[in-house]
Amino acid sequence: MAIIEVVDLVKRYDRKVAVDGVSFTVDEGEIFGILGPNGAGKTTTVECVEGLRSPDGGTIRVDGLDPRRDRAELRTRLGVQLQQSELPDRIRVGEALDLYSSFYRDPADWRELLERLGLGDRARTEYRHLSGGQKQRVSIALALIGRPRVAVLDELTTGLDPQARRDTWSLVEQVRDSGVTVVLVTHFMEEAERLCDRLALIDAGRLVAVDSPAGLVSRVSDEQTVRFRPAGPLDLDLLRELPEVSHVEQHGPRVVVTGKGNLLHAVTSVLARNHVVAADLRIEQAGLDDAFIRLTGRALTE
Amino acid sequence: MLKIVKIEWKLFLREPVSVAFAIFFPSLLLLVLGALPALRTPDPQFGDLRFIDAYVSTLVVIALAFLGLNKLPATVATYREKGVLRRFSTTPVSPARLLLAQLAVNLIAGALSITLLMVVCRVVFDIDLPHHPLGFLVTCLLGMLSLSALGLLVAAWSPTARSAGGWATVAFMLVMFFGGAYLPRFLMPDFLARVGEYLPPGVVALQESWLGAAPDPVHLGVLALITVVAGTVAAKSFRWE
Repeated sequence: MAIIEVVDLVKRYDRKVAVDGVSFTVDEGEIFGILGPNGAGKTTTVECVEGLRSPDGGTIRVDGLDPRRDRAELRTRLGVQLQQSELPDRIRVGEALDLYSSFYRDPADWRELLERLGLGDRARTEYRHLSGGQKQRVSIALALIGRPRVAVLDELTTGLDPQARRDTWSLVEQVRDSGVTVVLVTHFMEEAERLCDRLALIDAGRLVAVDSPAGLVSRVSDEQTVRFRPAGPLDLDLLRELPEVSHVEQHGPRVVVTGKGNLLHAVTSVLARNHVVAADLRIEQAGLDDAFIRLTGRALTE
Repeated sequence: MLKIVKIEWKLFLREPVSVAFAIFFPSLLLLVLGALPALRTPDPQFGDLRFIDAYVSTLVVIALAFLGLNKLPATVATYREKGVLRRFSTTPVSPARLLLAQLAVNLIAGALSITLLMVVCRVVFDIDLPHHPLGFLVTCLLGMLSLSALGLLVAAWSPTARSAGGWATVAFMLVMFFGGAYLPRFLMPDFLARVGEYLPPGVVALQESWLGAAPDPVHLGVLALITVVAGTVAAKSFRWE
């Protein structure tokens, strides 16, 4: 069931169109990604969903509410982690959570929340003494403190080191597993591919596609590549005869086979029948970044 | 709301420089000036008052000006720049509450600072407690509010925390100058002294209600007018992000 519906959203800044007719729905209980390069209109889109900006056109419903008209009620059901939003330097983590929990009718127990986010021993630490990853976790905690039905997380892992990024990802999965619908804004392919159940691909204010990560990839290409080093002599024509194979090349000791369908199985069967052992066997598939390049005609640069 | 004020008050107390300047500096300055015998001797220039008697209102100006025109715009502009206000606007509580809490913190800090000053005046220098307590209270209140309204106006119009700091410093210096912090008011040309009478936080009204009679209602009226006008313009034109 859809918990967020966006239909034909348009937002202009002066004359520049930031969001141009974007439509999508977010289902309850999923992690929905909004992926695109910087300046594509991702943040503007979610800010309209959050009721922080008025759309110039289109309609938005969040849990049945109009984000502008029902602003007050929306605030109690939607948790927001803003891009680049900090707290006062000298506020303690526990104080911040206690304060923000007092804003809601039925808040979560903030001590428990801190424990869950691995900040249990940081309640008395001043905000300015936290690491980047810890600040992001406080930010997630504040987004969840009001027990929202939907949490919007904007550029959650930007600026974090790889370890902190992976830790944060598993937190987001935990949040989803606790029943909260998550909208994740990101420009990291890896993050989108790893976390999102479905993705909206946005480029230059327009929606390019909405699908699961695997679905997006298969739209542009179901081509695969198998690479290996045969231990003995191998007649490459045996591989070329296979219906799955479109192309075979030899690079020194290495054989590169390109094709579709169940390519790996077809290739290994031929090798087994001919008693050739394959070393360094690798299979490569197109990824989300290939899909992005094909769908938008340009690379998503970071 | 009380919780926000409580947290903001705690945050204020954790800034040693602010606390030192807003709360202790006026009393300390009085102690230093009062240590000079010349400033403790009655002078016909002040109608047989001592320099320190004539200077008490200026000390109040220093405390209020620091809170209203230095601490307030700096804090508010920083909160805006760091996204503290924006984060508030994603919760059921309006970010305007955060500004009101700042005002409350200013009133509490101002009251503390002036109380301490009155105690030092009375105990160390035998200066009377305000002769007209109600007038003094009203003047202090209007003085704090008018300066805070101007401070919010500065914060509202400045694009960054840095520029807010710059403009606030200009306003702070002007208020300090006309309040007699740099050049004693009796040395000022008549015209400048007259301007100072009407500028927040009302140095003459403070002086009158402390050591003379009731403050001039015109002075108080001007302070109230500045509060309302600057406060309204600040509220209407405030950029939350």
